[in-house]
Amino acid sequence: MKRIITTTVINQSGVLNRVTGLLMKRQFNIESISVGHTEQPGMSKMTFVVNVEDKEKLEQLLKQLQKQIDVIKVNDITDKAVVMRELALIKVVTPPSVRNEIYSIVEPFRATVVDMSKNVTTFQVTGDPEKIEAFIDLVKPYGIKELTRTGVSAFVRETQKPYTAQLSIL
Amino acid sequence: MNASLTEATDLKLKGSGADILIQSLKQQGVEMVFGYPGGAVLPIYDALHRNPIKHILARHEQGAIHAAEGYARVSGKTGVVIATSGPGATNLVTGIADAMLDSLPLVIFTGQVATTVIGTDAFQEADILGITQPITKHNYQVKNIEDFPRIIKEAFHIASTGRPGPVVVDIPKDISNELFLNNSMEDEEINLPGYQPTTKPNYLQIQKAVKALSNAKKPLILAGAGVLTAKASTELKEFVERYQIPVTNTLLGLGSIAGNHNLFLGMAGMHGTYTANTAICECDVLMNIGARFDDRLTGNLAHFAPNAKVIHIDIDPAEIGKNVPTAIPIVADAKEALLELLKQNFEKPDTVEWLKTLSENSMNFPLQYKADKLRGILPQQAIELIHRLTKGDAVVTTDVGQHQMWAAQYYSFNHPNNWVTSGGLGTMGFGFPAAIGAQLAKPDAKVISIVGDAGFQMTMQELSLLQELRLPVKIVIINNRCLGMVRQWQETFYEERYSQSLIPVQPDFVKLAEAYDIQGYKVETMEEAEEVFAKAFNSNEPVLIDCRVTQLENVYPMVSPGTGLHEMIGVKGV
Ligand SMILES: Cc1ncc(C[n+]2csc(CCOP(=O)(O)OP(=O)(O)O)c2C)c(N)n1
Repeated sequence: MKRIITTTVINQSGVLNRVTGLLMKRQFNIESISVGHTEQPGMSKMTFVVNVEDKEKLEQLLKQLQKQIDVIKVNDITDKAVVMRELALIKVVTPPSVRNEIYSIVEPFRATVVDMSKNVTTFQVTGDPEKIEAFIDLVKPYGIKELTRTGVSAFVRETQKPYTAQLSIL
Repeated sequence: MNASLTEATDLKLKGSGADILIQSLKQQGVEMVFGYPGGAVLPIYDALHRNPIKHILARHEQGAIHAAEGYARVSGKTGVVIATSGPGATNLVTGIADAMLDSLPLVIFTGQVATTVIGTDAFQEADILGITQPITKHNYQVKNIEDFPRIIKEAFHIASTGRPGPVVVDIPKDISNELFLNNSMEDEEINLPGYQPTTKPNYLQIQKAVKALSNAKKPLILAGAGVLTAKASTELKEFVERYQIPVTNTLLGLGSIAGNHNLFLGMAGMHGTYTANTAICECDVLMNIGARFDDRLTGNLAHFAPNAKVIHIDIDPAEIGKNVPTAIPIVADAKEALLELLKQNFEKPDTVEWLKTLSENSMNFPLQYKADKLRGILPQQAIELIHRLTKGDAVVTTDVGQHQMWAAQYYSFNHPNNWVTSGGLGTMGFGFPAAIGAQLAKPDAKVISIVGDAGFQMTMQELSLLQELRLPVKIVIINNRCLGMVRQWQETFYEERYSQSLIPVQPDFVKLAEAYDIQGYKVETMEEAEEVFAKAFNSNEPVLIDCRVTQLENVYPMVSPGTGLHEMIGVKGV
C-alpha cells in the first residue's frame, strides 16, 4: 500500500542520507521524496511516498524513522485530510499544427507554458500526483521529450474529518 | 562523585581540539581507551602524551574494538576506541557492526583527513561516516571546533543510554590541531529533541500484563541481554520466585538468572534445550524482557509460540512487533518495568502443573553427550571441566562456532555480566581480544577465553598485547582442527561435502604462545586436561591451552534453519 509520510528532521549534513539509507537497509521502496526548509530555523521537512506491504511493515518503518537521532517527528498522513502538491515540468513535442489542440487539452489542468521553441513547449503543472499522472497521459500521444517531477510535498489540513484512522506508534 | 571526577568537571576546556578530546574523556570518567595511532590522529596521541589516560595499544584495530566491547560488556561502562583515518577506521568496521547488533555502548573516535581535503580522495581518506551510517546508533563528523565538546558529550550520552550502541565521532586532523578559543563557553545541557528514550513503563500496559500473567496457566519468561544491561537480575529473580514463573534465556541473556536456578530452563533457540524450546511452543503467556526475537532464537516464525499471548518489554520500541505479533507492548527499561510489575502484587498464577511438566522434560531430555575415553576429549567435557574448576564464577568469553554453543550450553553462570560473546553478528575473532578487555574491566576476575582453533587465528596477534600487559587471561582453544560449525552444517545439510572446512595445517599453538613469552600447554586426554586446566586457572599469569578435542562432534539439539522450535533434531531421552 502507498503511504505518505512526513518527517521533521534537524537540518544536519547527512540527514537525507541517513533517512534514505535507513529505508534502503530495511528494504522499503521509496516512490518519491522531497526535502526543504521549514518555518523553524535548522529544521527541514521531508515528505516521502513509500510502498509498504502491510500494517506491520508500516509500523516498523515509522518506528525506525523515529529512532533516528536527527528525526524529530514522524507522521503518516495518508488517512488524514491533506493538501498534497507536486510540480512537474514536461517538454512536449508541439509542431505548429497541433499547438492549438494541445493548448485546449491542457487548459483544464491550469498548466502553464514556461518555455517554448519552434517545435517544443515546456509545461509546468502542479497538483496532487493523480492530476499530474492524468496530465502526462493526455500529452503522451504528442510525444514527451523530457519530464521531471519534484516529488510530493504535503500538509495536514487544519480541519480534520471527525474520524481518521491512526496507526499506533508506540 | 569521587574527588578526581569533581576535579575534572571543574576543569575548563582549553588547548587544541586534541586536548579538548582528552579533557572531555576525563570529564566523562573514562578510565582507559583502546586504540592504535596513525597520521590523522597524531595530534590526539600527542595530547595523550601530555595528558595521559590509560591507553591499551592493541596490535590491530579490530583487536582494539573487540577489547573495548569486552570491557563494556562486563563493566557496563562505555568502551572508548581511537583509530586513525582510512585503514585504521575501516579495520574497526566489524567491531562497530558487532556492537550495534549486540547493543554495546562504545564511543569510537576516528581520525579524518583535514577538512580542506575531505572529498578529494586524499591519502588515507575513507568516508567512515558513510560506511558506518547503517551500523552505528549515531555518528558525527566534527566540522567546527566550537561543536567538539558538545559532540563528545552527546556521543557518550547516546552510546550509553536507551538501547546502548556504538557512536562514531570522526575528527578531521585540522580540528585536532586547531586551538579552542571559546573557553568561556558554559557547560550546556544536552539537548537532543529527537532522542528521548522511554524508560518508565506505561501504567495501563503494566495492568494488562498483570492480568495476562495472573490468568496464565503456562506462563514463561524469556530474558535477554536487556535484563543484563539494565542490571535487573535481582528484580528478575524476585519476580519469578514470587510468581513461580519459569525462565529461559537468549544466547546473550545468559547469566541474567543463575544457571542452576530451579526455575531456569536453559537457553532457548537453535541450540537451546529441549525443555526451553518446548516451553516456548506450549506456553500460553510469553513475557519477553529485553530480547529482540532474533531468528536464531525463534526459528521459523510461523511456528513460534503458537499458543502464547506475547508481552514484550523493550527499551527500543522498534523491536516490539518487528518479528513477533505482540499483544502487550511495554516500552521501558527492563529494571523499571520489573520494579513496576513487582509493585503490583498481583494474584499468583497457578503454575504447579506447568512446572512439573517442565521439570519432567528436563529430567527426561537433558543436554547430553556420550563420553568415550578412547575418542579422547569431547568438547562438551572440556567446557564442563572449565565450569567445575571455576565453579561457575568465571568471566567467560567465546569466539564463534561450535565451542561457543557448547560454552553457552555447559557453562552455567552464577552471576550476571560474566558472559561475553558475539551473538548478533557472530564475529569470529571476537573472543580473545574481548577477554583482554574483560580482564581489564575486572582485574580480579578469572577470565577464561574459550575459542575455536580457526577463530582464534583471526585475532591472535593480540597475544602480543597479552604479553605486554601480562593479564592473567586463560585461553582455551577447543581445537577440533576444523571450522567446526561450518563442518557440522556441511555434514547435516550438504551430505558431508566438507568444502574448505577442514583446515589442513595449523600452527603449533604452544610454540606460538611461547614466542610471545606466554605459557602454553597441549592436552589430549581428560587426565591431562584436569591437571593442566587446574594448574593454569590457579596461575596469575596468562596461559594458552591447546585442548585437542574430537573432530566430528556436533552441537545438539539443533533447530534446522527454516524449521520451528518444535522440530529439534538430536534430542535424546535418557
Ligand atoms: C568473520 C567470520 N567469518 C566466517 C564466519 C562463519 N563461521 C561461523 S562458525 C565458523 C567456524 C569456526 O571454526 P572454529 O573457530 O574452529 O570454531 P568451532 O566451530 O570449530 O568451534 C565459521 C567459518 C564467521 N562467523 N565469522
